[in-house]
Amino acid sequence: MTEHHNTEHRADVVLRVEHLVVDYPTPTGIHRAVDDVSLSVERGRTVALVGESGCGKSTVARALVRLVKPTSGSIVLAETDIAQLPEKKLRPLRSKIQMVFQDPYGSLDPHLTAQQIVAEPLKLRGVSTAERNKEAAHLIDLVGLPSTALNRGPAEFSGGQRQRIGIARALASRPEVLVCDEATSALDVSVQAQVLKLLAELQQQTGVSYLFISHNLGVVREISQDVVVMRRGQVVEAGPTQQVLSQPAEPYTRALRAAALDPATIRGRKPRSVLAVQGKVA
Amino acid sequence: MKLLEVEDLQIELMTEAGVVRAVDGVSFCVGEGETVTLIGESGSGKSTTAMGVLRLLPAGLAVLSGRVELAGKDVIADPDSIVDVRGRSVSLIPQDPMTALNPVFTVGRQLAGAVRTRHPELSRSQARDRAAELLDSVHIPDPSAQLRKYPHQLSGGMLQRILIAIALAGEPRLLVADEPTSALDVTVQAGVLDLLLELQERTRIGILMITHDLGVARVVSDRIHVMKAGRFTESGEVEDIVERPQTEYTRKLLAAIPQLDAPSTTAPETPAGQNVPKQESPTPAPPAEAPAASPAEPTATTLKPEDARRPAGATGLSAVPGTATTATTAARPEGARP
Repeated sequence: MTEHHNTEHRADVVLRVEHLVVDYPTPTGIHRAVDDVSLSVERGRTVALVGESGCGKSTVARALVRLVKPTSGSIVLAETDIAQLPEKKLRPLRSKIQMVFQDPYGSLDPHLTAQQIVAEPLKLRGVSTAERNKEAAHLIDLVGLPSTALNRGPAEFSGGQRQRIGIARALASRPEVLVCDEATSALDVSVQAQVLKLLAELQQQTGVSYLFISHNLGVVREISQDVVVMRRGQVVEAGPTQQVLSQPAEPYTRALRAAALDPATIRGRKPRSVLAVQGKVA
Repeated sequence: MKLLEVEDLQIELMTEAGVVRAVDGVSFCVGEGETVTLIGESGSGKSTTAMGVLRLLPAGLAVLSGRVELAGKDVIADPDSIVDVRGRSVSLIPQDPMTALNPVFTVGRQLAGAVRTRHPELSRSQARDRAAELLDSVHIPDPSAQLRKYPHQLSGGMLQRILIAIALAGEPRLLVADEPTSALDVTVQAGVLDLLLELQERTRIGILMITHDLGVARVVSDRIHVMKAGRFTESGEVEDIVERPQTEYTRKLLAAIPQLDAPSTTAPETPAGQNVPKQESPTPAPPAEAPAASPAEPTATTLKPEDARRPAGATGLSAVPGTATTATTAARPEGARP
């Protein structure tokens, strides 16, 4: 790729993370959860962040929406570095990057109706009550829930329906980037398929970009164009999803790839060979 | 010989909303050396079936009918007989290894306790020796050091191996594994599933596996029962269920799994030159689905920290395009799959 191409594409970058470091204090000293991670997300595209539990991928997500303050590095969103921005200056930018949480049961206020949950971010934007309700109804329709859902509370919905409400809420503030932190991991496989399809459709309609965090390579392959593989707080491999998954260069990516059990490709009865990605205890 | 025979099992649960028939007339059996899997989505009744078979459902709130014969004893007709078989002829491997152990006792004490339940005649030191043997059999390195540890000092994969060791302490003929790897990372999952298959090869133990993951079911099972709304919608040999599903529900379940090898349907192909540089001269990496290392040399792809060598300076996608190329081409062939 030439420099020229490179500059051209940078104009389309909606989120650029450079040398991100996040430390957590622990009783035994400082734990570096994210260690020099860089990535960028282009408009209307999806970057997947992959890794096993404890690799720091959720900490990256939390830093991007500034639920934790990074130790160093930059997070450039809408030409502003939000990494160290004080809360007051950050607040007007918060709407540009939103998050869909992993747990559809814990991330919705049980006292509110679906419509109120989705309308809440609009309130912050100063939209009138009538407009809010109309917009919330539109968003709930957009994520494929019936209009009868509007006045029901979270407890009355299934996991997949709740996740749709979470997506509608995140979209309400018209973000440029949606951070989906294991957004389908808590869902049954058939429901997961529906939510993935919904996310793809919403991207086509609204041009929103996704940073999709997952440990499931099958899901990643389905939803993303680019992938970043993390391990122990660091990036071990990055590139186009098709290429990284079909020809993983790093041993760690290869092990992740081999450990993903795809029933369609397994042959024979109780084939222990497909499990031989790892001989010993992790 | 049948280790477990279930005939027309029905389980009704008393809930606030009324009586729910969670399991509605299922029949299956597990023989020696066999793995039989109940697969289904949440709420299908698969775990309720397993817990019902073990009589672990609260007595006042669950009503069981039908016939469940465990090691020759009908535990439905004679509920008290379960105490003679549970933890002896049959053991449970629970779902979440992080919460299944008592946090205030060492692993060794809990494991030795299970050993002495089966063999009360053993002295403490004999029980400890047996516990170390059991840890060795589940491939935990340096067993005597691990015995002194508390659960919080061990990783999830390690804890699941310890729970398998505790299950084995009763010298069971049948293991009931309720989503034994759902809480684990994929690479750790592979190791635990391999351990179960190895134990089965070695001891001909029977396994009743409960899972929602068709990939897991495909690897470990001889027979699969697909469960939905308390009933089996399809039952058969593992190859038939996965390769030639007969019912619409099984086909839909299989279709819902995001594929790793088939062409993607939703994500468009990355146009050349976008975001990430193309590899100019990539080291031809072996295809990941190439025949895996033979079980005789399983350490060939064992993960070591140094294997995940970070590309120096390579940090992300388009931020440092040049280094990303370096990183991918610099991947070493050693540590690769043969």
